[in-house]
Amino acid sequence: MKQKNLVLVSAIVLVVAFIVGAIVYRSQKADAAGQAYQRDKSTYVRPYSPSHGNPAAKVEIVEFFDPACDTCKDFYPLVRKLMADHPDKIRLYARYTPFHPGSDIVLKMLAAAEKQGKFWETLEAVFAAQADWSPQHQPRPELVWNYIGNVGLDIAKLRHDMELPEIANMIQQDMADAKTLKVTATPEFFVNGKPLPTWGYEQLKTVVEDEVKAAY
Amino acid sequence: MDAFWRGPPLMNSSVGQQNSSWALVFACWLLACVSMLGSLFFSEVMGYTPCILCWYQRICMYPLVLILPVGMLPFDRNVVRYALPFSVVGTLVAGFHMLLVGGYIPENMKPCTQGVPCSEVYINWFGFVTIPLLSALAFLLITALLILAYRRSST
Repeated sequence: MKQKNLVLVSAIVLVVAFIVGAIVYRSQKADAAGQAYQRDKSTYVRPYSPSHGNPAAKVEIVEFFDPACDTCKDFYPLVRKLMADHPDKIRLYARYTPFHPGSDIVLKMLAAAEKQGKFWETLEAVFAAQADWSPQHQPRPELVWNYIGNVGLDIAKLRHDMELPEIANMIQQDMADAKTLKVTATPEFFVNGKPLPTWGYEQLKTVVEDEVKAAY
Repeated sequence: MDAFWRGPPLMNSSVGQQNSSWALVFACWLLACVSMLGSLFFSEVMGYTPCILCWYQRICMYPLVLILPVGMLPFDRNVVRYALPFSVVGTLVAGFHMLLVGGYIPENMKPCTQGVPCSEVYINWFGFVTIPLLSALAFLLITALLILAYRRSST
């Protein structure tokens, strides 16, 4: 059956060519994205974006997140652990992507909390109570107030600040940047501008460790 | 047993004719495979969202990847009859798509209003090679080769 073998070999060659092509394309694109990031970070990070970690760190993780996204909540301690494993070498930036209806209001609270220097503390409280204020992926932002009392925020100021046009503009800008960077789901990570080859924690860990190795 | 599966028409045609027909259908299958993997590369690897007309062309192209080998192992010239409707309809859709991209069909006749507009040009190699052109060429070639294969295998 020579013909059968020919078909079989052709199929294998084509599939292998596709996979190799995809890997090469992705790695080239990641390198190009990394270089573009070093030239101009503006779509990845905005001056108002909350950040955590050593300001001089050479590895920067940009995370597009939604406070009502349960995977974002699950990733939060993992990203923190990655940072703890490489102390002072990683800086984390948060970007606002309200993909759930109602998330925009929670993000306004968080952006207003950033004005008080308490973004991360507030985010942790919001994530911890996520199941209570966002049952079955139906965010009820008015319930969030019940869970951020212990963060130490000036609640009156927060209520005032979150309605400021500059806060709404930040969320709009972040959504525009998400569109530019083709972020369609959360959490989406960019490590020194490089997207993950495929989505997942192991992939994030690998990319971060590669960047740490390359930078230090 | 082998003769039973091959059926009567082939017993009349010479081995040489059969081999050349088989090679033509095989070429069609390779074209269909490359087209399928290429379109998947555009959408899944490069991240281009397919517009609705691309989906209709995929509906015509992808079945060829499966149906042609069925008629190749062992060879059955009737596979051409089953495959031609796909390649002909695909050619028409790709032709329509090219006219749309080229601006020969007015805006208001565009069949897609949501998602990606079909007039969006993702690639433009050498100034004239677009995805609909590649698709139209693949469908046309497949159609021509299939007809040739059918003619050659007839007694």
